[in-house]
Amino acid sequence: MGTGSNFGFADGEQTGDSTRELTYIAAISEALREEMRRDPNVLLMGEDIAGDFGGAFKVTKGFEAEFGARRVINTPLAELGFVGAATGMALMGLRPVVEMQFADFISSAFDSIVQFAATAHYRWKGAVPWVIRAPSDGGIRSGPFHSQNPEAWFVHTPGLKVVAPATPADAKGLLLAAIRDDNPVIYFESKPLYRSLKGPVPSGAEALPLGEAAVVRPGRDLSMVTYGAMLHQALAAARRLADEGIDSEVLDLRTLKPLDRPAILATARKTGKVLVVHAANRLAGVGAEVAALVAEEAFEWLDAPVQRLGGLDVPVPFSPPLEDAYRPNAEKIYGAARRLALY
Amino acid sequence: MLTNEQRLTLYYWMLLTRSFDETMVAMWKQGRGLGGTFSQRGHEAISVGAAYALEPGDVIAPMHRDLGAYLLRGMTAERIFGNLLGRSGGVSAGRDANLHGMGDLGLQIIGFISHLPHSMAVSLGAAMSFVYRSEARVALTFTGDGASSAGLFHETLNMAAVWNAPWVVIVENNLYAYSTPLEQQMKVPAIAERAASYGMAGVSVDGNEVEAVYAVTSAAVERARCGGGPTLIEARTMRMLGHAIHDGAEYVPRSLLESWEKRDPVMTYRARLLEAGVSDEAVLSEIAERVAAEVAEAVARAEADLLPDPATVEAGVYAEG
Repeated sequence: MGTGSNFGFADGEQTGDSTRELTYIAAISEALREEMRRDPNVLLMGEDIAGDFGGAFKVTKGFEAEFGARRVINTPLAELGFVGAATGMALMGLRPVVEMQFADFISSAFDSIVQFAATAHYRWKGAVPWVIRAPSDGGIRSGPFHSQNPEAWFVHTPGLKVVAPATPADAKGLLLAAIRDDNPVIYFESKPLYRSLKGPVPSGAEALPLGEAAVVRPGRDLSMVTYGAMLHQALAAARRLADEGIDSEVLDLRTLKPLDRPAILATARKTGKVLVVHAANRLAGVGAEVAALVAEEAFEWLDAPVQRLGGLDVPVPFSPPLEDAYRPNAEKIYGAARRLALY
Repeated sequence: MLTNEQRLTLYYWMLLTRSFDETMVAMWKQGRGLGGTFSQRGHEAISVGAAYALEPGDVIAPMHRDLGAYLLRGMTAERIFGNLLGRSGGVSAGRDANLHGMGDLGLQIIGFISHLPHSMAVSLGAAMSFVYRSEARVALTFTGDGASSAGLFHETLNMAAVWNAPWVVIVENNLYAYSTPLEQQMKVPAIAERAASYGMAGVSVDGNEVEAVYAVTSAAVERARCGGGPTLIEARTMRMLGHAIHDGAEYVPRSLLESWEKRDPVMTYRARLLEAGVSDEAVLSEIAERVAAEVAEAVARAEADLLPDPATVEAGVYAEG
């Protein structure tokens, strides 16, 4: 059993078959390592990722020793520039995986992502098969610039795909899929899950399909639609509700663009009550799109107004009482879900 | 140095660019255009001279004043007029406007976006893909004096130098960023000087002299190809018409335009070819007739081409597979 102090490396535990227990962050490292071994066109770029240092979160520790400096490139602190360079490499058929040191810094690369990379294929069939790994989310007392969840900006942008895994198995399988996809993919990995979450991960290099949500917990009475770290808060709330006889279905979106519309509509039509939960700001967030979709296409099945829980419309605050007030958690989800169930 | 045949080839591409441009400007004034467009007048020696310095496998990322580079690299006048007119046979099949979006990886051309310095970073990435694969190829891009104030211009120069990339950027300094003259844009007298602060080679060239542009670019490209690192080339010229077709450029002193008109890159090169005995009136007139016919045919075909089917509006946002 790993201690959690070695940054996820050797955090595996053999179970005798092809599936082991890995931390969420070790699953990310494993996906990168296996895909680099499999495909010589895959390379890594980012700030501080090379050498023994191996990145701010040590996801790529040891990678330069195995793959060489040619494939593990430390960049100057210039997100706009190095994402643009990744786009050029991708146009030439390479598959760069860019580590954004924190998702909060992705705004510095915004033009390169939304203006150039996202539009190139529509405009002139320039395929841009890169991935940006964006360590996102808070709850870990990191303040306004190391806690953000900026996925809605990119879900709003034509030409991008957006992924947000919530489990170690999905972290691996969806990262493999993101790297193999011929389009620019933003992969939001959840910092609070890095070393706090362990789960079974297949040892093979099987990609999971992008755009497919998963029913993590089937239920009858209401649906929680969520993704990322909030999945685990929703599951905790669902367990508590179950003790009171309220049976919650929990849908993990896993991919935010393209959104799995059939899965969202299926759970809405099944339970007739929908609570959308995400850590990102509620206002104009992904949950608004989910709620609108349900209202437009599952209205006649609804037994209550669609509810949303999300971050408040404020910068992510630092101090614990403030951040806790800002952010959804199992307790708040429990309360909102209970009210919805009793509606 | 250049053979006489090569000199006539340079002249042909410059004249084709000029003829295309004059026809385009006339069409837009006649109301036969679509949206806006950008004149090339004054920039022909830069786009042609620089693009002529590349090998077929090299990558080029031109901007909106580099029509000559697109043509020289094999993009047909018909496809470009089709792009200008929003036709289905245009380079972007009606997706992108005027000279934007004219990428074609089959021709090793990367299309630009309005945010001009992005072609610098993207072409730098192309150059780094050549390093990655140990290929002796070079990436060449173009930008302007206006773009040289943007952060990405500086980020890219720095990265190109740090990575010793096989990459060349031509900064077309045409003295105005839309209406803003150079002295309101920067304190340094020459954009080429900026290269030194990043540890890369920088050189200025007369952008109205096609052979000079070719020579400087050739030297930079070959140095880059041999592992000698990147170069910033500042090519000085004058934008002879407005920023875009709608712009009368009343803010430019007429005397400035008159002085540059005497240095017109196409006409001065024609006179030089005659003076030096490279060619004669009969040959140059034959080239002019050939160019006029090519442009006329391209326009006729593009105008006859269909507009895109609105049912395809959502097609192509994503690469399949």
